[in-house]
Amino acid sequence: MKWDRYILPLALILVWEGLSLIRVIPSHLLPSPINILLGLRDLMVIGMPPGYLLPYHALHSLYRVALGFAFAALLGIPLGLLMGGSPRLRRIVNPVIEVIRPIPPLAWIPIAILWFGIGMKSAAFIIFLGAFFPILLNTVSGVVSINPIYFEAARTLNAKPKHIFFKVLLPGATPSIFVGMRIGVGIGWMTLVAAEFTGVKSGYGLGYMIMTARDIQRPDEILAGMLIIGLIGVLINGVLRAYESRVVRWQ
Amino acid sequence: MGLELIGLSKVFGGKNGDEPLHVLEDIHGRVEEGRFLSIIGPSGCGKTTLLRIIAGLERPSSGQVLIDGREIAYESDRIGLVFQEYALFPWLTTLQNIELGLEIMGAPKKERLAAAMDYIYRFGLSGFEDRYPRELSGGMRQRVAIARTLITDPKVVLMDEPFGSLDSQTRNDLQAFLLKLWDTQRVTIIFVTHNVDEAVFLSDDILVLSSRPARIIDRFQVDCPRPRDRTSAACNMIRKRVLEALEAQKKSMLV
Repeated sequence: MKWDRYILPLALILVWEGLSLIRVIPSHLLPSPINILLGLRDLMVIGMPPGYLLPYHALHSLYRVALGFAFAALLGIPLGLLMGGSPRLRRIVNPVIEVIRPIPPLAWIPIAILWFGIGMKSAAFIIFLGAFFPILLNTVSGVVSINPIYFEAARTLNAKPKHIFFKVLLPGATPSIFVGMRIGVGIGWMTLVAAEFTGVKSGYGLGYMIMTARDIQRPDEILAGMLIIGLIGVLINGVLRAYESRVVRWQ
Repeated sequence: MGLELIGLSKVFGGKNGDEPLHVLEDIHGRVEEGRFLSIIGPSGCGKTTLLRIIAGLERPSSGQVLIDGREIAYESDRIGLVFQEYALFPWLTTLQNIELGLEIMGAPKKERLAAAMDYIYRFGLSGFEDRYPRELSGGMRQRVAIARTLITDPKVVLMDEPFGSLDSQTRNDLQAFLLKLWDTQRVTIIFVTHNVDEAVFLSDDILVLSSRPARIIDRFQVDCPRPRDRTSAACNMIRKRVLEALEAQKKSMLV
């Protein structure tokens, strides 16, 4: 039983609720846990703005992340495998990556809006940028860190490039590719909400929902929205981990 | 005809002004087809480099390796190599590791499955077909590695201290197992070791190398009859002579 992991969160929530009850914590700045749950209920049944229900906000956000993440993986993994296999290609591409990578994805928002307009495409592009680099760099390092003895073993079996790719390079890099995808989707998810603060001016999205709640002074719903963002993040990570442990059973 | 080593030398480095490292010096030797040759020498003397050159993983600085009187074509001649650290693909199961060589050769799925299952049975790996290398003991891993190499029916099998990291009981078992295999599949074997007992128990011929840079300092034919008794007088005699050759070269180093 790993019940001890629940002690601290429960204790914090109890203290928080208690301090709210005796009004040490002002409820207009930090609503109590129970009020946040009530806010969550409002988001579910009334919506923010009214009629725009929480599940639809979440689905729209997830869709944007899925879109940006899919492009990041589709581009980052093959490019990473190529770069991992070719020191020359790494030398050629690395300088460009080193300059672009430190630019925070959010700094791309203005230019993204200029290119794609406000909406889905911009948000997906921002997420793509957030997810792409971790996926690319982890794929490269996954290939580079494969013990050369496996390539030699394949060579002594007279393996052709096809076999070396599918039997050594790809499976050898897979654990690292998964690390990249988990980091990438995590950053993508974080970037998304921020991108929606500015990039999505109407309709659906968790970031947009939270900004609307702020506009009408509902801190309980702001925090409920934040809670949902955190929980969905945990869920995405869990799904990827479950998939990962099935694919890399050999580890 | 077998395999011939003609004047093999290997020098590492020496570019950009750093001290060149002479690893092999003028190695000559030959193994007749179907014979078991051991190469013995002190640790770090360049035995592994020699094997890697024969396997085509490294180019000699000079000299050449001939098979049946011609230069080896590494794309088509099958030269098997059993690595010291097994080098099994950790992401492939026992069955997949053993099958791989046939898959590379383009054998149909049914055929290679049948062949692999036959090896798995003969190598005492039944029940472990779907296990990954990390789930196997050291002795089992090395049996998988040997099966993976032999299944492609190589002309020559090179073995680089394959039993070096096993406990002595497992090592003895695998030595006996290897000889039994070799009885049924008479492949040419070049076996690198630093263990004199092992070399004498297994081989037809023994090459003794000096410490780095490795030169051949002696050759022996192990003529005690098979099956061998490790403690027989004939084996002991050879063992003594090999040990003396190794000792003599150590002394000459000290002078």
